[in-house]
Amino acid sequence: MSNELLKIKNLSTSFRIGDEYYAAVDDVTLTLNKNEVLGIVGESGSGKSALAFSIMRLHTRAKIEGEILLNNQNIVKMSTSKLNKIRGDEMAMIFQDPLTALNPLMPIGRQIEENLFLHNKKLGQQGRKKRTIELLNLVGIPRPERVYEQFPHELSGGMRQRIIIAIAIANDPELLIADEPTTALDVTIQAQILDLVRELKEKIHAGIILITHDLGVVAEMADRVAVMYAGQIVEIAPVDKLFANPLHPYTRSLLNSVPAEGQDRLHVIQGVVPTLKNLPRTGCRFAERIPWIDASHHEEHPELHEVESGHFVRCTCYEHFYFPDNKEEQANGVS
Amino acid sequence: MAFLEVQDLQVYFPIKGGIFNRTVDHIKAVDGVSFEMEQGKTYGLVGESGSGKSTTGRAIIGLEDITSGKILFDGKDITDKKTKNKAFRKDVQMIFQDPYSSLNPRKRVLDIVAEPLRNFEKLSKQEERKRVQELLDIVNVSPDSIFKYPHEFSGGQRQRIGVARAIALKPKLIIADEPVSALDVSVQAQVLNFLKEIQSELNLTYLFISHDLGIVKHMCDNISIMYKGRYVEQGSTADIFENPQHIYTKRLIAAIPDIDPKNREKQFHNRQKVLEEYTQSYNDFFDQDGLAFQLKSISDTHRVALPQKG
Ligand SMILES: Nc1ncnc2c1ncn2[C@@H]1O[C@H](COP(=O)(O)OP(=O)(O)OP(=O)(O)O)[C@@H](O)[C@H]1O
Ligand SMILES: Nc1ncnc2c1ncn2[C@@H]1O[C@H](COP(=O)(O)OP(=O)(O)OP(=O)(O)O)[C@@H](O)[C@H]1O
Ligand code: SF4
Ligand SMILES: [Mg+2]
Ligand SMILES: [Mg+2]
Repeated sequence: MSNELLKIKNLSTSFRIGDEYYAAVDDVTLTLNKNEVLGIVGESGSGKSALAFSIMRLHTRAKIEGEILLNNQNIVKMSTSKLNKIRGDEMAMIFQDPLTALNPLMPIGRQIEENLFLHNKKLGQQGRKKRTIELLNLVGIPRPERVYEQFPHELSGGMRQRIIIAIAIANDPELLIADEPTTALDVTIQAQILDLVRELKEKIHAGIILITHDLGVVAEMADRVAVMYAGQIVEIAPVDKLFANPLHPYTRSLLNSVPAEGQDRLHVIQGVVPTLKNLPRTGCRFAERIPWIDASHHEEHPELHEVESGHFVRCTCYEHFYFPDNKEEQANGVS
Repeated sequence: MAFLEVQDLQVYFPIKGGIFNRTVDHIKAVDGVSFEMEQGKTYGLVGESGSGKSTTGRAIIGLEDITSGKILFDGKDITDKKTKNKAFRKDVQMIFQDPYSSLNPRKRVLDIVAEPLRNFEKLSKQEERKRVQELLDIVNVSPDSIFKYPHEFSGGQRQRIGVARAIALKPKLIIADEPVSALDVSVQAQVLNFLKEIQSELNLTYLFISHDLGIVKHMCDNISIMYKGRYVEQGSTADIFENPQHIYTKRLIAAIPDIDPKNREKQFHNRQKVLEEYTQSYNDFFDQDGLAFQLKSISDTHRVALPQKG
């Protein structure tokens, strides 16, 4: 049996702007194994959430091309009834935006129970309540009996996020997509949530996609890391290789932006994040953010190249890349 | 005279229950917090999720009714309804935690950013548009997006629109509630650089609420650690990071993720050690209700909720 849980082949997710469709996820190919945490980092607007929503098939008005195979079943072509069965059960998602993911008019307890019931009709009322309180405890909610009765607006940002997490892990999903799961949480609760994710991995060998801006979280959690820029994967590598030997100019810029000891100004990537409509679609998408690099170094059609085992980088420009102020890159624990 | 002084602030939320839906108990979201701020400095507020950080910020800006206590801004008690004047509302602005719900989905970017301008300044349509475009340029959102709606932006882009709105009136105090947690690190860096820049230009004071201790360390002169509605420790950035005294502070610092994957094991063991210390001395550091004690000065800059002796 193969170890592959999720296989994404040439996925493009496009949104309609005016009369045309623009790809927010542009020809992404990716695999996720069972018992693996794949970290996804990337610029804001680079298509990480759009990718996650595509896998869950939650987009309502996007055009999806390509294949998304979960345990060899193509999600792109799946019937809605089948989809409803596996969503929240076989695959689940922790949303970046907890407020819109919760029903403002329903008490917290009922929202969790509803999801439990949807996928396990055998569980009685008592059983559901018991499991709900247990889940609230698991995600570190103090006084779960009280929160059970409360409404979303009565909870702090971090508490709401933990409710979403409780709902997502309720049915031990094989595939968990966590979109910024811990940004609203303090670091001690973050550590607790990340432990839960690890447990899910150990217990049922779940595959986990962890989308985050926090490179520390990636460094501690991920087995492999994919770096996205402008809808594409520009670098993908085992975690130690990515941090020890980041190659793509975007990856290096990103690592360089993290605050380090004794630094006054932080490194910022030049230029404006392109809007979806204005994304460069031909040639290198990052070229305009590093204008000091000679145009002749960019590949015409940048492809992913394997530079060491399992470490892929788009294009060859990295061989010529340098930071313009010629200063050493920040150490940031990256050797 | 301190620029902003908060004295024994309490904000309680009622818990309703029973057949008459009467108040049966209270959530003590903020439970006796005092601090002072000097103009032009950055004050970090970190701590447990749900410990009352946002509520503290919201109380200062007047979005939350306070149960008791005083908030003095430039010497004036702003909790007193009579002095709750327009100038204060202009001088204090907030950047919100959640870039999704903080922007009205039915309004265009132009209207969102121009809203404070419309309330306080009389500008012609042209002037207003120019100002909004300048502001968007500052936060690096393409100025041609003024007619777009929030849903057309990514989380990070939305947060920058929120920043543009907050700085529109050149306020004196900005309460920044997780201002960059939705942003990628480069944009984070850009917003943080920018917040520092306008700080020196406008002599701005920040109350900077964040879970990211790396960023707090980078930004703040002074840091307070909050736990269940109370401050457990308060000090200079060096006090907190190099000489943490309260077990909760120690736990927080140990939990900061390390950016080098090679340190996973080391981090794990360090955390275990700190957690053991935490469990062992929990009863010394917290009362029967699990609440922290009064802060005591241990140096000119450093105050800690140390165990009550005797
Ligand atoms: N429903 C939509 N309609 C039109 N454009 C959209 C829609 N959803 C997302 N986009 C655009 O698609 C691009 C990718 O957005 P996405 O939300 O996936 O970014 P992201 O990588 O998750 O960013 P962040 O880190 O800020 O969350 C952005 O340019 C965004 O503006
Ligand atoms: N409108 C409300 N009604 C009832 N309880 C509330 C309300 N707003 C906040 N609370 C409660 O007050 C406490 C403090 O909430 P607050 O939002 O200030 O926390 P926080 O420190 O900002 O947390 P986070 O880091 O998760 O954002 C929480 O227990 C929360 O449930
Ligand atoms: S050389 Fe390649 S990866 Fe580098 S900036 Fe150009 S096209 Fe992009
Ligand atoms: Mg996103
Ligand atoms: Mg908050």
